[in-house]
Amino acid sequence: MSEHHHDHDHDHSELSETELRVRALETILTEKGYVEPAALDAIIQAYETKIGPHNGARVVAKAWTDPAFKKALLEDGSKAIGTLGHVSRVGDHLVVVENTPERHNMVVCTLCSCYPWEMLGLPPVWYKAAPYRSRAVKDPRGVLADFDVTLPKDMEIRVWDSTAETRFLVLPMRPAGTEGWSEEQLAELVTRDSMIGTGFPKTPGAPS
Amino acid sequence: MNGVHDMGGMDGFGKVEAELNEPMFHEEWESRVLAMVRAMGAAGAFNIDTSRFYRETIPPHVYLSSSYYKKWFLGLEEMLIEKGYLTREEVAAGHAMQPGKALKHGKFDLTQVERVMVRGKFARPAPEPAKFNIGDRVRAKNIHPATHTRLPRYVRGHVGVVELNHGCHVFPDTAAMERGENPQWLYTVVFDGRDLWGEDGDPTLKVSIDAFEPYLDPA
Repeated sequence: MSEHHHDHDHDHSELSETELRVRALETILTEKGYVEPAALDAIIQAYETKIGPHNGARVVAKAWTDPAFKKALLEDGSKAIGTLGHVSRVGDHLVVVENTPERHNMVVCTLCSCYPWEMLGLPPVWYKAAPYRSRAVKDPRGVLADFDVTLPKDMEIRVWDSTAETRFLVLPMRPAGTEGWSEEQLAELVTRDSMIGTGFPKTPGAPS
Repeated sequence: MNGVHDMGGMDGFGKVEAELNEPMFHEEWESRVLAMVRAMGAAGAFNIDTSRFYRETIPPHVYLSSSYYKKWFLGLEEMLIEKGYLTREEVAAGHAMQPGKALKHGKFDLTQVERVMVRGKFARPAPEPAKFNIGDRVRAKNIHPATHTRLPRYVRGHVGVVELNHGCHVFPDTAAMERGENPQWLYTVVFDGRDLWGEDGDPTLKVSIDAFEPYLDPA
């Protein structure tokens, strides 16, 4: 790989050089007949429109309102989500882990970036970056402090390091004051970070 | 391999900085890299574990100073060259100079797109019964393969408890090196935080990894 550019002029940024290299690679792959550029466009469009935390939020909201679904979800996440027609297709071995007053769950991939992307969309940069990957398994309370999240001192913290093809989704606790709310209303409270375990759902009435 | 990618427990990387209203891609090229990796993988140019291994073999100083998709790009380019799908001359020229190599699943076109939007299936029939039961105490082996592995350094040598059995799966350690799927039982093994990090560790912490059976000894 190229390392020749480090000392060069700064108006030729690494970014633009990367951009040129990426374009060159796509040109080569296209000319060699490996990929159709329109198919690449379609992949990007699918990522941009079909996946995202709204999928996970619907699953969480359903679990908050439907005890039978919640039970099935905790037993076999992929299977239970597969029964919901309105949620995007989900891969195998999605494990849903429940937050309780005794235990808080948090998900990381120390080796790279494994993430339940069908449910949450592509992972944010911080999830894939060194500070989170290095510290989540050793000092999760310190990591949570970076998110302004504090847990009770004696609450168990369980960190799930996604080292295989299994994917983990946190089922956060339902916020107080939401009795009688519909699934749609509840889904609005479910944040991406609350399903990673680095945040809580929004509180009813709080500014979003 | 004991690379910089195996970050669990390292110090000194600083605060986690979350970006407010982060876009899915920060630059357009990032999306092209993601799409090319998905497309070439689906076309059969490489398996997902091989692509992970190529990112791990990026030199440490480059790995640590490159953005996520830059690493994806560097890994992809090098892998495609080494697997014979393109040449360094072509990369330097920015154009194809010879015909392409046949892809296992053919050209990636519009009809294939749906397929890449579902995670691959890695469960396989069990070649033999599972060695461990839920609740068994197991010790993560003290192994240091120079090739791809999913056993992070921070658990090696430590004792944990088998909590879940996920069935048999493709074994990334061999798949990454193109030595076959070699299916193995996969377990969630949970460790006590203070067993991993010592007496000063958080007493409320438990950490689990998903461990393939060859990583584990009875304890």
